[in-house]
Amino acid sequence: MQRLECLRAIYGHLEKCLVVTIMGAVAAELQSLGHRTNFFYLQHAMGLASSTGLGLALCLPHQKVVVLDGDGSVLMNLGGLTTLARYRPANLVHVIFDNESLLSVGGFPTATSTGSDLAALARAAGIEGASTVRTVDEFTETFDAALHATELACVVAKVEAVGPKGYVTDLALLENRFQFQRHIDHLKWK
Amino acid sequence: MPVSQTNSQVVYAALKSCGIGLLSALPETWLVHLIRMAEDDPEMILVRLAKEEEGVGVSAGAYFAGVKSAMLMQNHGFLASINGIVSFAQLYRIPLLMVISYRGHFGERDPWQTQGGHSTEAVLRALGIRYAFLDDPASVARRIAEAQTLAYSSLHPVALLLTRELMWEEA
Repeated sequence: MQRLECLRAIYGHLEKCLVVTIMGAVAAELQSLGHRTNFFYLQHAMGLASSTGLGLALCLPHQKVVVLDGDGSVLMNLGGLTTLARYRPANLVHVIFDNESLLSVGGFPTATSTGSDLAALARAAGIEGASTVRTVDEFTETFDAALHATELACVVAKVEAVGPKGYVTDLALLENRFQFQRHIDHLKWK
Repeated sequence: MPVSQTNSQVVYAALKSCGIGLLSALPETWLVHLIRMAEDDPEMILVRLAKEEEGVGVSAGAYFAGVKSAMLMQNHGFLASINGIVSFAQLYRIPLLMVISYRGHFGERDPWQTQGGHSTEAVLRALGIRYAFLDDPASVARRIAEAQTLAYSSLHPVALLLTRELMWEEA
């Protein structure tokens, strides 16, 4: 299963969500499918995409928030899983693409390649429904259920360690940040 | 415990009058009353963290959502948050209001706090983060309001250092 296939499968479902991604391949691949102003790409600060999603979800309880995370980033903020579990916002879907690798810096293996199980870690943190999926169909089905669920969801998608040729896109970081903020402002006026 | 309940209340009231709707916090001795006040306040979203750096993301999310926030942490928590501050708040121009207990300075008896006390202001200066001291209850409200104003007008983190003078009622 490739991450890009997963993103393509759920792209249509992201239209009404606020989406926060990590840096690197996830950000570049989502943009390659078509940027939208409700997508925020956190192009550094590894580990904090899920914390950003938590802040959004707690402050906008009627708005679905989707975090597109990765194994390398989650491993840098394992404590964040316990914070998510503590507040368990029902409007947050935490997707973790696990390619067992720090792909964008040369593909060095992460600890998930030697057996660390992120879904099990999430469950142990208190996110009981956290699960691992290995096919695009399974991913789409689980994501769709998570989107309509009334509790915090965590989906670990095991994907191949392949990504785009480059990671820099023509969307400036600040342009993205102001677009995203303005998008949320407009939601409130609706 | 000689942490000043009265001055903690002054700080909490000042945060409230600035419209703070979310506080992230990781407990430390000087912050106990402030955290309890947030706990008892039904209008406050209190986010207890495992590590202070998470608070940068939580505050950024709150900011995007239009909710004013502050981060309550010890100076060692600030030191533990540097990458988040630099590669999120500064990179993306996020106005953080950081309320930091300034341990390890004059009067500190705990040896383990002293090196962090030595580095705190130097690191704030190195990062170009404007900071001021909360040392007098009479000026707390104005200083917090002004710090928040600067954070929002400059779209940059600003720090307030809670001092021993304000927080500790022991000679």
